[in-house]
Amino acid sequence: MIEKAFKGSTGYWVWMLFLLSIMGVGGLCYVQQFNYGLGITGMSRDVTWGVYISQFTFLVGVAAGGLMLVLPYYIHNYKAFGRIVILGEFMAIAAIAMCLMFIIADLGQPMRAMNVLLHPTPNSMLFWDMIVLNGYLFLNILCGWVVLQSEYKGVKYPKWIKPFIYLSIPWAISIHTVTAFLYCGLPGRHFWLTAILAPRFLASAFAAGPALLMVIAMILKKTTKFDVGREAQDKLVTIIGYAAMLNFFFLGCEFFVAYYSQIPGHMHTLDYLFWGLGHGDQVYNNLVPFMRASVIMGLAGIALIFVSRAKQSDGLLVISCLLIFIAFWIDKGLGLVLGGFVPSPLEYVTEYVPSVQELGITAAIWATGFFILSILYKVAISVKLEKEA
Amino acid sequence: MDSKRRDFLKIAGLTAIAGIAAPSAFNTLLKGEAIASAGQAAAGGHGAAAPTGKRYGMVIDVKKFTENPGLAEQCVSACHTIHNVPDFGNRKDEVKWIWIESYEHTFPTESQYKRPDALKDMPILTLCNHCDNPPCVRACPTKATYKKKDGIVGMDYHRCIGCRFCMAACPYGARSFNWRDPRGKDANGQPFIKAENPKYPTRMRGVVEKCNFCTERLAIGQIPACVEVAAQTKALVFGDMNDPNSEISQVLKTSFTIQRNPAIGTHPSLFYII
Repeated sequence: MIEKAFKGSTGYWVWMLFLLSIMGVGGLCYVQQFNYGLGITGMSRDVTWGVYISQFTFLVGVAAGGLMLVLPYYIHNYKAFGRIVILGEFMAIAAIAMCLMFIIADLGQPMRAMNVLLHPTPNSMLFWDMIVLNGYLFLNILCGWVVLQSEYKGVKYPKWIKPFIYLSIPWAISIHTVTAFLYCGLPGRHFWLTAILAPRFLASAFAAGPALLMVIAMILKKTTKFDVGREAQDKLVTIIGYAAMLNFFFLGCEFFVAYYSQIPGHMHTLDYLFWGLGHGDQVYNNLVPFMRASVIMGLAGIALIFVSRAKQSDGLLVISCLLIFIAFWIDKGLGLVLGGFVPSPLEYVTEYVPSVQELGITAAIWATGFFILSILYKVAISVKLEKEA
Repeated sequence: MDSKRRDFLKIAGLTAIAGIAAPSAFNTLLKGEAIASAGQAAAGGHGAAAPTGKRYGMVIDVKKFTENPGLAEQCVSACHTIHNVPDFGNRKDEVKWIWIESYEHTFPTESQYKRPDALKDMPILTLCNHCDNPPCVRACPTKATYKKKDGIVGMDYHRCIGCRFCMAACPYGARSFNWRDPRGKDANGQPFIKAENPKYPTRMRGVVEKCNFCTERLAIGQIPACVEVAAQTKALVFGDMNDPNSEISQVLKTSFTIQRNPAIGTHPSLFYII
């Protein structure tokens, strides 16, 4: 089946070469980081996690988003997702691969990564995150590949795979819950110390993951004969729209608790993210434009996505999904992790700006993710189109 | 047996197993610390110590540092020299085990309203709190940071993978990361470690470090380096808080002390007389 990835149009090869070139440049940046140390990044003693960990956090959500396709299809027997469910499973594989790469990129001693297995520590949430992420990666490779292979052979998938598919559903919830627990169990960080962090993570995941999938599905519709179908499209609009609304409801709850209680620690980071935090003679606000844009784009995306369905407009659908995806990428891929470090527990304000090398490595990991995704989608779509022809 | 009945029995069986396993799993997760902290909470607020065994602690008499200008700097310098703490000369890469902090930053959770002027310039020594319930130890995925039986929170530089989860977890900003090679030299060829002490290991880049309460000195019967520097003034009192006859126990019994952010349940081993 994998041979399908080696046959493609010129466009396919240009795209793959483009990704490879980004991976090459980023690879060189990583060599620099490996030789110099993490000091080459913009991270500091006060802001100890930067874009690597924030991308990781966001991408766990993208991976968990696959659940919104697997669950209706396999549990509720929702046939309209028949063509798109494999895209969800394969996107989860690429997203988890990116997560693992981002973690490795963030380690000060990457050669010692296996210490997490050599000295298992059940009281650490990072230990559990390692287990659930690798487990989810395994489940999606197994389920996605076996089901697709059966389709390739023209038979129904074997019965033994069903338990694994069912297991992957709570497992998807677990990856994002445990990832939220990395943050919300730390006593000195007010911004993260909130019980709705995991629910909020899940809500944004169930919007951002399917939104990205929808954009890719629309690109495939344009460039190949592969069409996920109108019914699946319309159903996804409902899922993305409501999940996005839920995310904003949770965000609103955070605002209420902070500003109605007037507890300074709860207000500080929200001040920093949305209005700018005054400290000494200076106002620190480098994330304010991003966070405000995130809210506006997210709300506009929700409104437009329902309009797109009413008007049956694919163009508007792509725009609204992009708006929602970017809005949540800013919210989680920037604000959530970086904001947690401002102010520091000693109430110093240190702002963070990623370095060029750091951005190069980040771009390369995204490119690697899309590289994996392209191979997997190439195989899946070739099989699907071949069987239907 | 019809299939519904069989399904029901399966679910019932699984639930029973989960019910039996959950409490023990939860205990493993918290490493029995939930029970320990419950006992302490009953004892009432700050100053509560682990019920038995040795527990090292320190009292910092802040006024004595104002009375003896330069003393705080000497404490910092003694510690950093003995432990080969590198000086990178910038805030971003900074590594520090013990340092001088202002009142408002050491105690941001205390009221800053209508405080005496004297507090403004008061040098306050700040270091690892060696918490009895340390969030950093809970967070570490490799047990590279751990709590010893004598209450000291230690670091294994050879096991640390440099994930910096402990730095996010520490509510006191006590941990430093080696963003670059501490054994290296700056642009002018000056080594970051001015004079290397062969009795204590230097670290490699990519690992976290912090104050170890001079555990290596305690092992050979010496007192912590900072305490030794301040010995004449008694500005720092170090000892076993669980020994009722120790000097620190006497000080804690007779003076009003405060801890940094005691509300979050970490039970610090550092006490301040302001």
